[in-house]
Amino acid sequence: MAGPPISSAASAAGEDRAGTGRSAESAPESADALLLRVGRERDRRAFVALFHLFAPRLKAFLCRGSLDAGLAEEIIQEVMVVVWRKAGSFDPARASAATWIYTIARNRRIDRLRQERRPEIDPDDPALVPEPEDAADFALMREDDRTRLHQAIDQLPPDQSDLLRMAYFEDKPHSAIAAERQLPLGTVKSRLRLALVRLRTLLGDEA
Amino acid sequence: MTPSHHPVRDLLLAYAAGTLPEAAGLAVATHLALCPLCRAEVRRLEALGGTLLEQETTAPVSDGLLDAILAQIEEPAPLSLPLLGPKPRASAGSPALPEPLRSYVGGDLDGVQWKPVVRGLDEAPVRVGGAAAADAATGGTRVRLMRVRSGVAMPRHTHHGTEMTLVLAGGFSDQTGHYLRGDFTLTDTSVDHQPTADPDGDCICLAVTDAPLRLTGPLGRLLNPFVRF
Repeated sequence: MAGPPISSAASAAGEDRAGTGRSAESAPESADALLLRVGRERDRRAFVALFHLFAPRLKAFLCRGSLDAGLAEEIIQEVMVVVWRKAGSFDPARASAATWIYTIARNRRIDRLRQERRPEIDPDDPALVPEPEDAADFALMREDDRTRLHQAIDQLPPDQSDLLRMAYFEDKPHSAIAAERQLPLGTVKSRLRLALVRLRTLLGDEA
Repeated sequence: MTPSHHPVRDLLLAYAAGTLPEAAGLAVATHLALCPLCRAEVRRLEALGGTLLEQETTAPVSDGLLDAILAQIEEPAPLSLPLLGPKPRASAGSPALPEPLRSYVGGDLDGVQWKPVVRGLDEAPVRVGGAAAADAATGGTRVRLMRVRSGVAMPRHTHHGTEMTLVLAGGFSDQTGHYLRGDFTLTDTSVDHQPTADPDGDCICLAVTDAPLRLTGPLGRLLNPFVRF
């Protein structure tokens, strides 16, 4: 293994606690709860609340790259339509609403910017090697881990969190990030590694 | 059994962030199918992406955006046609090729049309990306299955660029270690190696290279201009 995971306990269940971060805290209802209501009850008001929560963040996220505002909004529209249609498959035990929406936005961006497919596993594939049942490393992220993840990101040194955001939010290979920041590629890679190691330390990896 | 050689974390991060090109993503995702440990790591890296999104600043969106979305969700969802047609299934038992690779290959290992390269080595190209993307966008990246007959040593070589190798069947050894099904290696110009297939069966790998190999043995140097694999 290239190294230990971000946190030994990992994601999940339950509802996103209001006020876990700087985001979603003004929402009277957690993003997870809203998304569940969209999935189960086809609740348009919950959907509109999700839009207000995520569309402005998605816009900032997408515009960090070289995307123009018009294309960013087209992608947001596609993302929100997918959110509406696929909300029934959202499982808060596997990922938070923010993570679920992040993966949709990531995939739409790949589709629009690179016209590529994203190769993905098929969870029902008989050739898939299943998780061992009782290993802590495979556990999903608990709610308190999410809170700690927010805090841990806030505590990263600026040069590391800057590169981390670029790595996630700009559709660029690490080599392009290096060019843009005028850093050697090795420095970018080592700072990203340091950021991940630090996150793991801040999360108090028990492993 | 789970693999013991994994993609470096940069690759898993780039996969989770969606910045890995399709060919490299195919090698990583196929490793993920065989490696629950790296699947868990990718889930955590995606959770990190979700957290960064939650923490993102906000940018105002156009007034009409919400209305446009609400109008669109009133429409019936279009039938989603699978891009690749039905997923090929293995006839019986567990397929040797996991998804997503099996769909890219168009079936399991038994249907692969091998082409001989040198004695003891066959290969079969794997088509990645659309026709237009094939040359331009992938910039010389080649994706192929390789079959090395049991006990055969590959010519000693290094790489101009990088090579990702994922073992699918059998195993091989080189100076850096012993590799079995699910094991992933990334080699670059610093590695001059001579992989040798295990003696107990053919070794089949997925190889993603971004530049031709360079033979480094005494005979290899002479052959370089003529060999392309």
